[in-house]
Amino acid sequence: MTRLAPPRAGRDLDKVAARASHARGRPRSRRYIGMLYAAPTAVIVGVLFLAPLALVVWMSLNKWPLLGQARFNAPENYTKISDDPLFVDSVFFTLKYTLIITVLLSAVALGLALLVQNRRPGVTFFRTAFFLPGAVGFAAASLLFYGMLNPDFGPLGFMDVKWIGTPNMALFSTIALVLWRFAGFNMLILLTGLQAIPVQVYEAARTDGASRWQTFTKITLPLLRPTIALMLILSITGSLLAFDQFFIFTNGGPDNSTVSMVMVIYRNAFFRFDLGGAAALSVVLLAALVALNALQLRVLRGGDK
Amino acid sequence: MRRTGSYSATSALAVLFLFPLLWSGWSSLKGQPGSGQTNGYGFGNYTRMAHFGEGLTSYLTNSLLVSAMTVAGTLLVSALGGYAFARFAFPGKNLLFLATLAILMVPYATILIPLYVLLGKIGLQNSLVGLSLVFVMFQLPFALYMMRNSFEAVPRELDESAMVDGCGTFRAFTLILLPAVRPGLVTVGLFAFLASWNDFLAPLILLNDGASFPLPVAVWSMTQRTFGAIDYGMLEAGVMVMAIPCLLLFIVLQRYYVRGFMSGALRG
Repeated sequence: MTRLAPPRAGRDLDKVAARASHARGRPRSRRYIGMLYAAPTAVIVGVLFLAPLALVVWMSLNKWPLLGQARFNAPENYTKISDDPLFVDSVFFTLKYTLIITVLLSAVALGLALLVQNRRPGVTFFRTAFFLPGAVGFAAASLLFYGMLNPDFGPLGFMDVKWIGTPNMALFSTIALVLWRFAGFNMLILLTGLQAIPVQVYEAARTDGASRWQTFTKITLPLLRPTIALMLILSITGSLLAFDQFFIFTNGGPDNSTVSMVMVIYRNAFFRFDLGGAAALSVVLLAALVALNALQLRVLRGGDK
Repeated sequence: MRRTGSYSATSALAVLFLFPLLWSGWSSLKGQPGSGQTNGYGFGNYTRMAHFGEGLTSYLTNSLLVSAMTVAGTLLVSALGGYAFARFAFPGKNLLFLATLAILMVPYATILIPLYVLLGKIGLQNSLVGLSLVFVMFQLPFALYMMRNSFEAVPRELDESAMVDGCGTFRAFTLILLPAVRPGLVTVGLFAFLASWNDFLAPLILLNDGASFPLPVAVWSMTQRTFGAIDYGMLEAGVMVMAIPCLLLFIVLQRYYVRGFMSGALRG
């Protein structure tokens, strides 16, 4: 935690006065000094965030090949979006994946959080064990599963299952990978919420003779609502942008059955050399997510009341 | 009864969560016909990986360079910026803060394509410096927020009395304030390291030369073989080289991780 200075009640009055005049004496130069310290932030945000944000919109209005001259062609990049069957499929697939993973991830995370919410011997070990996969990078985790679920090399070979061989199995295995990698992360979010519930509330419920189930549904869940909402937001926005798990682990297959929206953007840009088309898809996805974020923030604020 | 039941369930789950990591470590050392370690146990897979592609040292150096530049850049920019936002009033202050936080609203995957074009225009395409700057930008909302709050938690009297005593703002910043916000700096640095060390999509898009690949892209390329079988032993050795630094850092700095977590570092 941040170290705090001990309170200094007996501070010299003249120093306080000096400070006041000091602050009043050089307001103009202080303004410029502040700008100077904020300048690196402004440069990074301007050049690497605002400029590309404007550029992606401009690119989406142009025929923009990977190499060669760009040419204004609006709104062609947008009108041709619905002609791309792979993108249309990827929208449905990504939505389906988002729905499944959000439900499962929340349920598993809540279960884990409830198991390790109370202080008891070994609980720190359990929390660390559940969270540890979250410390590994997602790309590394996807590659780990790529080896582990290989029927010839992995430990599950005896089961004679093609883990990424059919569309359904590929989705199932990806869900296992994502649950393994992210359940502990979501558990940690829920734990912070669980620990904010005052013990007295539980004690009062016990005095009133509430059963464990009643305590859970009538006290824990309602008080956890803002935390659950936050977890849902992160899970939904994260899943809509899924890339690593499908690019690395299933490679979009089998038969393009696990191609996510971001994968189509990548493919259009670097396999079809159509940066304009990729930019148009990016703008659509960006607008959808900003709208979703705004909506969810409003719901979240409402939940706080 | 109930207690032992929940205990065994929790233990079983813990084994399930730890198993993949343990299996990966074990199989990176285990002998397998046709791999770098043909029988018994040893570091054969790691030795073979050392000569994969451009060589492990090259990929490892790329990863370390990118992470070091990202951590240093994020710390520098967010410490200066956090100081500005916590202690000064200046024109455009609120606008800049909102613009920085807006980075969180915009999905990162959607601006990598224009960033690829933009970095090309300023001569930083296919450059580890360009990649690191992009990571600094992605880290900035969390880092700036964290550092501003850390500086605000330090009583103003501390640096202002130093300035009354003749220190300039920069000396007050380096001598008085920076030591006081060290935990915040560690948290920001930890998140910047984990993000830059592990990211896959940004280097995949922004770098196009195998010699400049960092570890995640290099190890992934082991699975992209058109001819011959994939060497899974070597693959898991690659996974371990990527994972072990993160696992160690997490275990040592867990306190800082949870601290950052509580203050909103909630981007995976």
